[in-house]
Amino acid sequence: MSGAKPIAANVPAMMLMGFAFGSTPPTTERRNVMMLSVEIWRGTSSGHFQPFEVPCRDNQTVLDVVTEIQREQDPTLAYRFACRVGMCGSCAMVVNGRPRWTCRTRACEVAAGDGRLTLEPLRNFTIVRDLAVEMTDFFDKWRDAKGYFEPGAAPAADFAMVPPASRERQAADAGIECIGCGVCYSACDVVAWDKDYLGPAALNRAWTLVNDVRDRAHDARLAAVSGASGCLACHTHMSCTNFCPKGIAPTYSIAGLKRAMLTRTLRGRR
Amino acid sequence: MMRASHHQPGFLAALMHRLSGIALAIFLPIHFLALAAALKGAGALDTFLAVTRNPFVKLSEFALIVALAAHMTLGLRVLALEFLDVRENTLAALAACLGIVLAVGLLFLVNAG
Amino acid sequence: MSAVLFVAQRLSAAVLAVAVAVHLATILYAVRGGLTAGEILGRTRGNGWFLAFYVLFVVAVAVHAPIGLRNVMREWTRWRGATLDLAMAACAAILLALGLRAVIALFVA
Repeated sequence: MSGAKPIAANVPAMMLMGFAFGSTPPTTERRNVMMLSVEIWRGTSSGHFQPFEVPCRDNQTVLDVVTEIQREQDPTLAYRFACRVGMCGSCAMVVNGRPRWTCRTRACEVAAGDGRLTLEPLRNFTIVRDLAVEMTDFFDKWRDAKGYFEPGAAPAADFAMVPPASRERQAADAGIECIGCGVCYSACDVVAWDKDYLGPAALNRAWTLVNDVRDRAHDARLAAVSGASGCLACHTHMSCTNFCPKGIAPTYSIAGLKRAMLTRTLRGRR
Repeated sequence: MMRASHHQPGFLAALMHRLSGIALAIFLPIHFLALAAALKGAGALDTFLAVTRNPFVKLSEFALIVALAAHMTLGLRVLALEFLDVRENTLAALAACLGIVLAVGLLFLVNAG
Repeated sequence: MSAVLFVAQRLSAAVLAVAVAVHLATILYAVRGGLTAGEILGRTRGNGWFLAFYVLFVVAVAVHAPIGLRNVMREWTRWRGATLDLAMAACAAILLALGLRAVIALFVA
């Protein structure tokens, strides 16, 4: 961990003094602890940055920093988290300009250099309060892109035999691990420029279903993603692919949708 | 603070592609009008071409050649990503495109004096 | 953008990829030692290949540029809807008219 020399370095001195005087070490020992200067967004779409100070500790994540601030310094701070171990995606925020999972971001590394952290809610979402955002539009677009499995009027009577190594299954598997954390949606410039753009997550999910050989809504789904603010609006900035914490590449999923849509258009359907 | 996504090579590639496209779209009507001066005979076209020996105009021509080369190479990147299903190293792709643009620009400067 | 516009945009892009490469190479070759009208017209006057190539070039540009501009307007300004579409169609018509006029001028001069 870069730059941090916290209290642990003074343990021998503390022990000696505690032993000698039978008391807690004097506060001058904290001189060697690096402090993080944390600016946190307070308010909704209008608001301000509120400064806090938190000691830099070993193995401390940004989520730990926010939790410490909320529990010990300002209980009115609103933020979201759940698993805190990088599985649910609830803690996603913008840290020093980058959208990321705060439970998987080491505070002192990200603040390396000047010890400053700036925390904002995810961009392109409506802010509920402080660091918590409204996810409704995000998941509405998921539905609008037909990002759900459609078994059809007569579902199959038996299990489908889908070879894992088949081209379609490999394409689906490449994008199937998405947990809907919203980091890609936050990073996307086209979402910022066009409020109706379905976004990388919804389109990535649509692509995995286009490649699901059991699904019966292929045509309707391609029609859903081929509209004015569908897959065609992607300009391959690759921000979604760069920032996805699961290593998914929505850019390539969207390219796949463009090709699928092209084939469909050349066959005469609009 | 500038958002981190704007430091990424993919964004820079798309931005350069877009700005060069806008520049070309503005320039082209002027280009067509100038060439059509040939309708009035070689003399009128020569008069116009004499204007183009002006250094400021030479600089504009250089900028337009660079814009054309940039828009083409970056556009080829988009076509490759969308239709050839390639996985790219974005930084390498951008560097390659800019390398070609630089080469074209230098060739123009050397040839046009 | 709609599926049809997208296909037109990408198709014209493929045509332009070739046309621009040829055009750039020609420019870089032709500007050596300065450029006079006589030199240009000597190459283009009565040249059927020139005519065919540049007519195709102009048509591709007239399709490609307005669709691109339409995207820019929709994403970077608040302009959208039927008026934008009409304006872009007008741009296409202007580019086509001016372009063909220029090509023909160089062919018959």
